[in-house]
Amino acid sequence: MAAVYSLYIINKSGGLIYYKDYGSSGRMDTNDSLRVASLWHSMHAISQQLSPVSGCTGIELLQADTFDLHCFQSLTGTKFFVVCEPGTQQMESLLKFVYELYTDYVLKNPFYEMEMPIRCELFDINLAQAVQKDRVALLGR
Amino acid sequence: MIGVGKVKQYGNVLDKPLNKGKTEVSLSAFAFLFSELVQYNQTQVDNIGELERRLEDAGYAVGARVLELLCHRDKGNRRETRLLGILSFVHSTVWKVLFGKVADSLEKGTEHEDEYMISEKELLVNKFISIPKDMGTFNCGAFVAGIVRGVLDGAGFPAVVTAHFVPMEGQQRPRTTILIKFAEEVLLREARLG
Repeated sequence: MAAVYSLYIINKSGGLIYYKDYGSSGRMDTNDSLRVASLWHSMHAISQQLSPVSGCTGIELLQADTFDLHCFQSLTGTKFFVVCEPGTQQMESLLKFVYELYTDYVLKNPFYEMEMPIRCELFDINLAQAVQKDRVALLGR
Repeated sequence: MIGVGKVKQYGNVLDKPLNKGKTEVSLSAFAFLFSELVQYNQTQVDNIGELERRLEDAGYAVGARVLELLCHRDKGNRRETRLLGILSFVHSTVWKVLFGKVADSLEKGTEHEDEYMISEKELLVNKFISIPKDMGTFNCGAFVAGIVRGVLDGAGFPAVVTAHFVPMEGQQRPRTTILIKFAEEVLLREARLG
């Protein structure tokens, strides 16, 4: 039982810079994940315009029959979103934690170019640990 | 009276006492500064060997100054004349001041008489850095190797110092070893001193 299905990170121009999937369902190839990322980027931007309330910062949660999509946008426009099982708790704190890992192991890496795909070993290792810990905590409930 | 400061004004800046200052600096601030140092040097060089050399030179400048400062502050202006003395000075005092903890281990090389190794599970400067696969054996710990070389050179123990990754079974990240190879004259002097 995988609570988290996949994790996406998109840069401020909508390009996919990181994609990791954990569930067996909904596994996508590279092109499809790129399309989903730019699709989400556009929807997020449009929702800010459509909102009846002023000061809207975009979609935070999308609920469907078979999945939930939680999105977190940083102050710089980088978006972190996770596709998970419906009703999974604490996805916001997971997203914030991923953001912290991003600032630590990606932004402080001198070999990382801004807005480019993330290829940092330390980021992968720590992310895997975080999701694993989350999975164990959720299974124990 | 308006304008009277609490701090005693010194006529000559050399008369001001050398205070200890804040002993801690934000790790993030240092990480960003170091990252920028590496990136800047990358634009100036053509190959990895030169990049390592440049980082080492930057560290050398730090090491020379750290030696002077620590001799004055922590050791009461006494200087080390023996090999083991200077090595344990580097391994504990210098590491404690720079990285907040003593180095993990200090070993003598088994193959050569003039080799010593300081090992660390994860160097502080490498904490957030992931080396891309195409850079091979490049190690940003060259900066720390430069610091050690600066300290040893200033203390009168010329040596060649390099940083290496040593893979460990059971660990995902390799540990880092600073390899110190002393010059011939150091060993001769050490033998003479008995």
